Amino acid sequence: MKSIQQIQNEIIDEFNFFQDWSEKYQYLIDLGKTLPAFDSDNRIDSNLIKGCQSKVWLNSSFNNNIIIFEADSDAIISKGIISLLIRVFSGHKPEDIIESNIDFIEKIGLNSHLSQTRANGLLSMVKQIKIYALAYQSKK
Amino acid sequence: MLDVYKIREDFPILSKKINNTDLIYFDNAATSQTPNQVIDVISDYYKNSNSNIHRGLHSLSADATDKYENARAIVKNHFGISNSFEVIFTSGTTHGINIISSGLEKELSSKDELIISEMEHHSNIVPWQMLCDKTGSKLKIIPMNSDGTLNIDKYKLLLTPNVKFVFVNHVSNTLGTINPIKEIIDLAHLNNSKVLIDGAQSAAHFKINLSELDVDFYVASAHKLCGPTGVGFLYGKSELLDSLPPYQGGGEMISNVTFKQTEYAELPHKFEAGTPNIAGVIGFGAALEYMNSIGFDNIEAYEKSLLDYATEKLKKIDGIKIYGDINEKISVISFNIKDYHPSDIGSILDQFGIAVRTGQHCTQPIMDHFNIPGTVRASFSFYNTKSEIDLFTDAVEKATSMLG
Repeated sequence: MKSIQQIQNEIIDEFNFFQDWSEKYQYLIDLGKTLPAFDSDNRIDSNLIKGCQSKVWLNSSFNNNIIIFEADSDAIISKGIISLLIRVFSGHKPEDIIESNIDFIEKIGLNSHLSQTRANGLLSMVKQIKIYALAYQSKK
Repeated sequence: MLDVYKIREDFPILSKKINNTDLIYFDNAATSQTPNQVIDVISDYYKNSNSNIHRGLHSLSADATDKYENARAIVKNHFGISNSFEVIFTSGTTHGINIISSGLEKELSSKDELIISEMEHHSNIVPWQMLCDKTGSKLKIIPMNSDGTLNIDKYKLLLTPNVKFVFVNHVSNTLGTINPIKEIIDLAHLNNSKVLIDGAQSAAHFKINLSELDVDFYVASAHKLCGPTGVGFLYGKSELLDSLPPYQGGGEMISNVTFKQTEYAELPHKFEAGTPNIAGVIGFGAALEYMNSIGFDNIEAYEKSLLDYATEKLKKIDGIKIYGDINEKISVISFNIKDYHPSDIGSILDQFGIAVRTGQHCTQPIMDHFNIPGTVRASFSFYNTKSEIDLFTDAVEKATSMLG
């Protein structure tokens, strides 16, 4: 299993291939299209992350000291971004998630291509993921 | 017709680069840009006149007071208001609405009814909901037709004897619809109901004569009219303003204060407690003078030509749906393309340096009416150009192909 940092480095390498913002956006859009949509049971208000202009739902489960994250959005670019977050965070131990230093967003130049509203939404998502990790850790 | 390229030289922000491309500013319904003629007046105020008004005997204070009261006269003349003291400077449209809603708390009871419309901005919904919570009065809603106009036949049915007030916007911020406010006002008056018109979206686009409209209250914001943020005005017929209690207590709004009793000042000071946004008010006056120097007839005709041009070009895009595509509207186009989320289109347009608004535009009931999460809204001003619209529609097509 790759570490959170290793996965982030992979993403940074992938984004280094892109020449301009439109290629980055196209990649996010394609990622968004491939991430499976939630069924209506999980598209519920209690799974909604506050602070996003589009709707973003985040769901998690905890087994064998590992957290599995799933997410969905009604906007495709948001969905592409959360698919990156899931790739980074899902399948890891709570303590690894809590201690992780998330630097790929800045290093792939995503935050400079996101409006302040979007950037805040992204921060809310990372925060919510870490809150889940804290909650699961304290349950152990 | 106006010379748009000469006008653009007045607006320093229009030469700004966004994401290494020229800024295309199509979010004018949210706030308009500010010309040098206004920026310079505000800057000059702080350099040469800064002082508190209506208080000092010294020359600076007199100068500041003159400039402030001159702005009131400009507003009075521009909006066809009979008396300067019927112009109350506020922090904006929302503030003006709240002065009225809080003033009506003691005047209304559970027997009374108020009317708003389905296409109001949240700022012309929430204060009245809060008022109804306090007084037990009932809020009734004029429904919207599917073309984005108000259902006036239904409005007539809603005008029952218990209706005390009608609160309606002149122009919808989301759809651009120009509502038939003269008819709305006249019908209300026949029913002995008073009317407040939210002019936030109308004042920038055509000339309005409040005396001819015979409206009871009117509110607007300077920042939609090339003026600074944090300033607006409330117009009210003097007998109605006189009958309302003050909104805030403080300095300036009193004529005599003892610990036994305080007498309130006359209009307009009764509603202008504390030191106002003096520089902002003076800037507001300068903004109205600037727009009048261009001419509202020219502005209206030019913006109509931009609207028609953009509407025609956008309609050629596969899968586009324009909400409120009617003749009686200002230069605002709200649209969606296929089932793409408006925020996806807005994010891509931003990469092209194009500023549009996406989302619900503080009008959730309109979104519920059309059953959509939001729209992309492009709103044009007299300093925008057809070549900007060309770049915009090209960018929308590019966004569509990226998302498709």
